[in-house]
Amino acid sequence: MSLGPHASFIVTSYALVAAIVLILIGWIAIDYRRQKERLRELEASGVTRRSGRQATDI
Amino acid sequence: MTLIDLANPTKFLSLTARVLPWLTGATAIFLLVGFYQAAMAPDDYQQGATAKIMFVHVPNAWLAMFVWGVMSVAALGTLVWRHPLADVAAKAATPIGAAFTFLALVTGSLWGRPMWGTYWEWDARMTSVLILFLMYLGLMALWRAVDDPSRAARAAAVLTLVGALNLPIIKFSVDWWNTLHQPAAVLRMGGTSLDKAFLIPLLVMAVGFSLLFVTLHLAAMRNEILRRRVRSLQMMQASQQAA
Repeated sequence: MSLGPHASFIVTSYALVAAIVLILIGWIAIDYRRQKERLRELEASGVTRRSGRQATDI
Repeated sequence: MTLIDLANPTKFLSLTARVLPWLTGATAIFLLVGFYQAAMAPDDYQQGATAKIMFVHVPNAWLAMFVWGVMSVAALGTLVWRHPLADVAAKAATPIGAAFTFLALVTGSLWGRPMWGTYWEWDARMTSVLILFLMYLGLMALWRAVDDPSRAARAAAVLTLVGALNLPIIKFSVDWWNTLHQPAAVLRMGGTSLDKAFLIPLLVMAVGFSLLFVTLHLAAMRNEILRRRVRSLQMMQASQQAA
């Protein structure tokens, strides 16, 4: 597969899309872990939800 | 399960936990097939291999507008129906929409340089999409600036609905004004002007990126619900300590 004289523009476009999508996925995954961790800490400190369920319960 | 049932964040989290693995799998399959088809697509008779940029540029440009449309419906949900998850949906969609808009701008610029001889031109299409990107950034700043989520939600909803006026301007800018940007080739009166060899990979990529948005949006909404749970538990903890 030859990308012709403008290969750098094509490769940069696809690489950039892949990088931004991976950053988005990584950011959302890290944020999820961070929120779960905070809920675990709150649960450990004895705070409970009004419903009586555990803080980390879905 | 009805929309009313989904107003309960716990039920929404439970649904998300069941649906996310399937959505992730479908997204991966569509994107892998799409990237393969894009790689195998023939060169355009005028643009050569540079036309391959279309397969990532166009889905991102569509989603840049679609996500704002989703946020506008969510804004109505906040202001009119006061649906508890509407502002969660709007807030979670904002950075994802900003990322798609950024990618549409940059890949468009990288496509424009070899085809038009310039990375940027202050014409109606490019300028209106840049304004959309700046509005996304403005909304993200607004969400961060106001501590109380319900107060931030109302201000963000109004700004979102005002910003929705830009969507028809973006869509029809290539018809209303002289512009370097080509007119619509897929969604237009009289049917598509694209050959199947380009249309099929483009549609597969569009479905793949749309599924990616739905997946990321649901995951980001789940995070936002958990963040609000953390906030309310921290407030309960503070009030217990004060008592």
